[in-house]
Amino acid sequence: MFFRHSLAVAMKDLRSEFRTKESLNAAFAFAAMILVLFSFVVDVGDSEILYSMSGGVLWMTFLFSGALILNRSFAREQPNDCLDALLASPLSGSALWLGKALANFVMLLAVELFALPLFGALYNLTWTRSLGWLAVVLVLGAWGIAVVGTMFSALTVNLRLRELMLPTLIYPMLIPLLMGAIRLTTILISGQPITGDDWIWFRLLVGFDIIFTSLALLLVEVVLLG
Amino acid sequence: MREKILYALGLAGALLLLRNLYVILLQLPDESAQGAIYRIIFFHVPSWFTCFTGFFVAGVSSILYLVKKKPVYDTFAVATVEVGLVFTIIGLITGMIWARIIWGIWWTWDARLTWAFITCLIYAGYLMLRGAIDEATARARYAAVLCIFAFTSVVITFKAIEWWRTQHPGPVLSIRTRGGNMDPAMESMLYLNWLALMLISAVLTAVRMNQEGVLRQVEGLRRQVHASS
Repeated sequence: MFFRHSLAVAMKDLRSEFRTKESLNAAFAFAAMILVLFSFVVDVGDSEILYSMSGGVLWMTFLFSGALILNRSFAREQPNDCLDALLASPLSGSALWLGKALANFVMLLAVELFALPLFGALYNLTWTRSLGWLAVVLVLGAWGIAVVGTMFSALTVNLRLRELMLPTLIYPMLIPLLMGAIRLTTILISGQPITGDDWIWFRLLVGFDIIFTSLALLLVEVVLLG
Repeated sequence: MREKILYALGLAGALLLLRNLYVILLQLPDESAQGAIYRIIFFHVPSWFTCFTGFFVAGVSSILYLVKKKPVYDTFAVATVEVGLVFTIIGLITGMIWARIIWGIWWTWDARLTWAFITCLIYAGYLMLRGAIDEATARARYAAVLCIFAFTSVVITFKAIEWWRTQHPGPVLSIRTRGGNMDPAMESMLYLNWLALMLISAVLTAVRMNQEGVLRQVEGLRRQVHASS
């Protein structure tokens, strides 16, 4: 029942998003813009430097354009008091949150799938050398961002300066996840295997996702319903 | 009566701090490897302990607020976070001064330092969030949730020196190394200074709680005036 509810919310969000494309288009355009801007930050002629910065560039891109998606997540429900209607419905608060997190997760993955090939093409890098593990890291990272982002999207939806407060609150919270994701992505794109010491980053990603998913499921009712 | 106790506590903290300063600066010898600068540890480590204690108390108090919905827990949380944040900044600055002398640089991005900085940013975000919400119960609720999330970062900061190979020195206190790393006279000095800082921060927290109480009264009066006019 719980998961059916979440799935219904997720499908609703995705459907309305794919019909209007209001945040996805903005996120894609913004991701492309960031990738262009980074070409002025790094020495684009030196492929060694490019490989060593690839994880950082990619995750900054995902994170900045992801904030656009997360900002819209609960703000979408504000017109016509949709959020109140959702809360009055038989949905539990945590099912609503999980549904929204799933929708955001799918949209974040879409941004990643858009930005990654574009990054590879623009900077002439072969990023496909260990696709399987790369996909795992992207999924774990996207889920972490979606979990924390959706939680704080619910928290900041009624605030003044919402668009500013959300990134200010979630970026520091996401740093453990980002450190791990950036390190692993850099390794995988450079075509190296994950060795001894670097497995800790992998465990960090998994641990982060588990801890924050359970924390959010526990606390989201408080945020939404009081 | 309450005020007198506060003054007494503050005075005790100040006197203990003075006495500690006398011992630290004039009685304890220079450390063999680091020379005089090692003395900063007597403020650096206790500051971090004080801020961790503050953030822990704030986290517990936030949970209590969510369970019991009594405003006093929210007041307690914001007071301890504010005081804790001051000690976070003291900890960062004393660490930077030490690093400038010993490492030759003000800052390095190793796990401990990075996470200490992140903790500082997260709790600053907590105070910003409070500033952005007008309605008192919503503010208390949202702030409590953030405060619980934020505590994960404190745990990571504390454990970072064990989880990563950091440039930051490893544990030296005997509770974590089972002894042998630090002279007992120095170690007990460190705890005594922590006690002094805790006394002072208890007073600061109480003062800050009074302010919050007054603030709530003012808000209530304002609402009454609006309602009657």
